[in-house]
Amino acid sequence: MSEVARKPLILGDKTYADITDDICKPIETFPGRGWFGLLISANALFLIYILAVAAVIATGMGLLGVNHPVAWGTMIITFVFWIGIGHAGTLISAILYLFRQKWRTSVARSAEAMTVFAVMTAGIFPLIHTGRPWLDFWLLPYPNQRGPLWVNFRSPLLWDVFAVSTYATVSMVFWYVGMVPDFATIRDRAKTKLRRVIYGALSLGWRGSARHWSHYEMVYLLLAGLSTPLVLSVHTIVSFDFAVSQLPGWHTTIFPPYFVAGAIFSGFGMVVTLLTLVRIGFPTFKDYITIDHMEVMNKIIMATGLMVGYAYGSEFFIAWYSGNPYERYVFFESRATGPYAWSYWTMIFCNVVAPQLFWFRRFRRSIPVMFVVSIFVNIGMWFERFVITVTSLHRDFLPSNWGMYAWSMYDTLVLVGSFGMFLTLFLLYLRVVPAISIAEVKPMLHVGKGGHGGHEPGGQNGGH
Amino acid sequence: MAKKYVSGVAGIWLDDHELVKACAKVRDAGYTKFDAIAPFPVHGLEEAIGIRRSWIPYVTFAMGLFGAACGLLLQYWTSAIDWPINVGGKPFFSAPAFIPVTFELTILFAALSSVATLIVVCGLPRVDPPIIDPDLTSHKFAIFIPETEAGYDPAKAEQFLKSLGATEVKRIAEY
Repeated sequence: MSEVARKPLILGDKTYADITDDICKPIETFPGRGWFGLLISANALFLIYILAVAAVIATGMGLLGVNHPVAWGTMIITFVFWIGIGHAGTLISAILYLFRQKWRTSVARSAEAMTVFAVMTAGIFPLIHTGRPWLDFWLLPYPNQRGPLWVNFRSPLLWDVFAVSTYATVSMVFWYVGMVPDFATIRDRAKTKLRRVIYGALSLGWRGSARHWSHYEMVYLLLAGLSTPLVLSVHTIVSFDFAVSQLPGWHTTIFPPYFVAGAIFSGFGMVVTLLTLVRIGFPTFKDYITIDHMEVMNKIIMATGLMVGYAYGSEFFIAWYSGNPYERYVFFESRATGPYAWSYWTMIFCNVVAPQLFWFRRFRRSIPVMFVVSIFVNIGMWFERFVITVTSLHRDFLPSNWGMYAWSMYDTLVLVGSFGMFLTLFLLYLRVVPAISIAEVKPMLHVGKGGHGGHEPGGQNGGH
Repeated sequence: MAKKYVSGVAGIWLDDHELVKACAKVRDAGYTKFDAIAPFPVHGLEEAIGIRRSWIPYVTFAMGLFGAACGLLLQYWTSAIDWPINVGGKPFFSAPAFIPVTFELTILFAALSSVATLIVVCGLPRVDPPIIDPDLTSHKFAIFIPETEAGYDPAKAEQFLKSLGATEVKRIAEY
């Protein structure tokens, strides 16, 4: 057995029954005023979103700031923003699972929920961006009476359709498979008939047989193994939307890793934002989502923030090194000093400067500091996509072809409103689904508490 | 999926490590069809019961290959055979450009078929199946010896489970 002292993953002197009680409590009690207050605010935002989107669909894309030459605007920027947020959930649930990171168990469920809701929020944007969303089924290769005319499989935009829809499907299935045993737990302790019926149906009749657990764990491992390349492919393909074009500032090979790092960075920012709030809302969860958990995530924020910062620097170097005047113009003049320089420097401050606070242990472990930094990260990563999309488009090869993005009220409403949709879903989730994976947390009970360290005593696997 | 339920004898444990030890002893005593019920995957339980490694990965692999083939064929047939369109002078079968969609369909087929197989193998979904104890999805553990076991004798099985340290032993009419 290893002699290295591990920090406990679950605080307090708890038993398995305590874990069940603690995690099921938010589902089995009537929500308080705080939750209702948040829900109503989120719903109001959601309503604004619905109205704004309805206006855009009914009137046309002209309500937004898209024009010539900036034909990609808020819809694409915010789509990439939300899709990126989703990536941290898959990183926690799949990649950290493959790396046997035990701390992931406490945060995986909420991070996956965030993934699913972020992808749902994201998916709406490109559908509206098409301008005629009632014809969006044309995106799919289905036999039709126009030839049949097929989609262009050589287009990155079409790759995106497949990548995002596969990602949404597999994330939801992964999330649901993880919840099945927990639904069975709620079913078996249900005090009301209705709850028993609903969670009984959701649990599919799961009974926890060891023979079933054996298959279950294998499928969980397989899904983690499949989701890992999937999540990397999704943001790679999203970056192809830009990189496969020939526009200066977009046409670079660094885009796939740069986008993936940025996605994980922004996603962890959102996880920290949400979990600091969850810890305030459900104080008992502080024993499961401990300061140690938050600190680890802040380290990931800092590491990915540095990667993103490196990418920003590398883009400038390559633009200079290429000797291409258009590339040089985009970076050294348009982005750094042009009319959108304010957005570029906002991005640099939020993404590169703000996370440097996490070099200090005190700040990594301070809830107020990490909350503020995570908000900066969210803002910065939205601006990153704004910078990429708008600054490359607004001044390209011909100065006679230059223009500005005509930001309108509807851009603001759609952007802000999308948070209403996301937060409404997340708040409902907190009251309907166990926000921490009960079955995954229980084996971690003994970690760091002496004794068996979560393993069979004297077992051959005791060393880690 | 409604399978006939079986009767049998169940013993309840309160500690997962004790359960693993007990399962190994039940297996050593010659039982082969018994099952353990646990609220979470208990480390070492599969080895103690003698459960063989799950064969679901073979399904995943085969369906992944099938998904890849479907993806590639779909793109080849639509782009090069059914209605070939010259896009920027690229070949009709533009293999590099077809990789992303092929890859996504590989993952989609592999993932969905793995989960579908899991559901079928575990006999899910089951409507309101009988349970031994509601706490078995929370903090208790059980060993269940079914009537289908060779040489099944409920009295002997009860005695045996008790001798292994079960805190509670009961006869189950339907499981």
